[in-house]
Amino acid sequence: MKHTISVLLQNKPGVLSRVTGLFSGRGFNIDSLAVAETLEKDVSCLTLVTHGDEAIIEQITKQLHKLIDVIKVTDMAEHDHVEREMALIRVKAEAGTRAEVLRVIDIFRGKVVDVSPKSYVVEVTGSKTKLQAIIDIMRPIGIQEIVRTGGIAITRGKKF
Amino acid sequence: MKMKGAQAFVKCLEEQGVEVIFGFPGGAVIDLYDELLRTPKLTHVLVRHEQAAVHAADAYGRVKGEVGVALVTSGPGATNTVTGIASAYCDSIPMVVFTGQVPTMLIGNDAFQEVDIVGITRPVTKHNYLVKKPEDLVPTIREAFHLARSGRPGPVLVDLPKDVIGAMINFPDPEPIRMRTYKPTYEPHPGQIEKACKTMLKAKRPVLYVGGGVINANAADSLTELAKKLDIPVTMTLMGLGGFPGTDPLSIGMLGMHGTYYANMAVANCDLLIAVGARFDDRVTGRIDAFAPHAKIIHIDIDPSSISKNVRVDIPIVSDCRHALTAINVWFDQNKEFSKKAAKEQHKAWHKQIKEWKSKHPLGYVEESGVIKPQFVVQKLHELTGGNAIITTEVGQNQMWAAQFYQFNKPRHFMTSGGLGVMGYGFPAAIGAQMAAPDQIVIDIAGDGSIQMNIQELATARQYKCPVKIAILNNNYLGMVRQWQELFYDKKYAHTTLDVAPDFVKLAEAYGAVGLRATKPSEVEPVIKEALKAKNTVMMDFVISREEGVYPMVPAGKATTEMLLV
Repeated sequence: MKHTISVLLQNKPGVLSRVTGLFSGRGFNIDSLAVAETLEKDVSCLTLVTHGDEAIIEQITKQLHKLIDVIKVTDMAEHDHVEREMALIRVKAEAGTRAEVLRVIDIFRGKVVDVSPKSYVVEVTGSKTKLQAIIDIMRPIGIQEIVRTGGIAITRGKKF
Repeated sequence: MKMKGAQAFVKCLEEQGVEVIFGFPGGAVIDLYDELLRTPKLTHVLVRHEQAAVHAADAYGRVKGEVGVALVTSGPGATNTVTGIASAYCDSIPMVVFTGQVPTMLIGNDAFQEVDIVGITRPVTKHNYLVKKPEDLVPTIREAFHLARSGRPGPVLVDLPKDVIGAMINFPDPEPIRMRTYKPTYEPHPGQIEKACKTMLKAKRPVLYVGGGVINANAADSLTELAKKLDIPVTMTLMGLGGFPGTDPLSIGMLGMHGTYYANMAVANCDLLIAVGARFDDRVTGRIDAFAPHAKIIHIDIDPSSISKNVRVDIPIVSDCRHALTAINVWFDQNKEFSKKAAKEQHKAWHKQIKEWKSKHPLGYVEESGVIKPQFVVQKLHELTGGNAIITTEVGQNQMWAAQFYQFNKPRHFMTSGGLGVMGYGFPAAIGAQMAAPDQIVIDIAGDGSIQMNIQELATARQYKCPVKIAILNNNYLGMVRQWQELFYDKKYAHTTLDVAPDFVKLAEAYGAVGLRATKPSEVEPVIKEALKAKNTVMMDFVISREEGVYPMVPAGKATTEMLLV
């Protein structure tokens, strides 16, 4: 099963390689990875998407906890949360297809962030499945290049 | 107080109570060595290979129950420590290894004797550091010692660039170590203790399965108290030997691949397995689905990631072993439902069953006239040292025979490379153990293959007047691999015959040590006696029956009940 795990880390050199080394060394999977600073500048948040059965996810969480530089590990599957990915897609947009491309972008609530005579660069955010859907639609039109971030996730605020 | 980094380094070691360090100098650490010369309180043991420094520090720490310390230079000095560090990591041995590094401005330039040792050792250390700023030097060293000795102990590496140890710094006053991210759990959860105790109260066929954690936590006494109170048989892992007296009637010896028949049968048939400071290693469990199939499992361990890693645990207790065992003992002492007599009665049939297994297949070997059996040598060593010697081993058959036949009664008397299985561990470890316990008898039980992996340390042993005794069980083979080839590879002995071997007696003499040889059973006792009498380093060469095997044996991947017996 897919799990999104959020890891708060001390922002020190080599910390990322401690995490990735742990995954490669123990044969765990990393489907995607995203790291950036948090509000505290000496703390980073690393979001990783992985998969495995319950026992493997338990080991992943425990092993992450064991790393000295790790502050907190949250398995998002245990919380109500919002999850997003982003893709930048350079899609062919020529005389005959420009309007069609814009319609698709609109349907997916994407944004055109670069325009050239023969292509657009589109920015889309959403769940992995939404991104996959727009990619599938765009593919026959002609995708020239695509760049995707890893997933990031945040827990929802308390409702009461 | 202003001082040079190197001086602060030495001051830090003194502050941590370090008395002996093991090392080998080089360009990047000359400043540290220069400083050591001015510190008569610190003994530096000059080894002949950096790997030996780490093994020696490992055993020194284990004997003393303290943090072992090794110091080496950058580049090859650092890479030579990797095997020793990995071994200490697998066995959870507290240790701090200091490596020299090229000056910070050269790091990343592929400088002479530069290597990214922090990167290399990341997966085999509990934690490691590169000290980039002189003002971080002292706090980092303090934190390194704290990490090495607390929680689940382990090796910590500190990489010291040459300009950092050469810089002038302010020596900060010691202050309590506060780490935001590191807080090991020492105290057991009372609810879990209660659950565990109630389960123990009901068990009819319980077994205590004891690992190295009991020794690390100094919990041997509490464990013995519990076993006797509840009348529970005790089996030990390789690392757990000495955690419970091996000669006690409740001991059923070691379990696993070369464990006793009765220990493996007991685990396979128990209704409650109480794992204390053990990690369900594959050499212990054999085929995992056939391991303790009828048992509820209680697991006490300070490392949460050890719990339910290989085997599903019913009652996990994350805690220091001593604290948990004490809490359990107190629970039984205060519980009115519990009586020693009733426990004894409840386990009577179980003990009878174990006794039957014991008499059906006792630990033993076949005697042959005129040929020295390795097991006999180990038994004689036990007998002539009263079972009180500190034993180190290499890895292979020698290690297993030592584990099976030298019945350890006390913790911190058996040093072996358990998890990593390092040939070449035993001899430097014996030197480290002897430095920690100068008045005790220290014996390295070795094979003729593995002793050659760190044989250069004869010079170290002689230089520091370590009266270490080496007992080589010489079969002219890489015996354990040969045994596997005999059993599973149609006796095709691919590269396990040591066709050229040194004359160990002459070799010992070349180093100024004593060399002795026994080729007949009748010579074994006199040789050991002479060795024990000698004040010098002694190398005993026991020419043993060549194709002797280690039994019982559970073939890899089989259930522990599928043992090959003598």
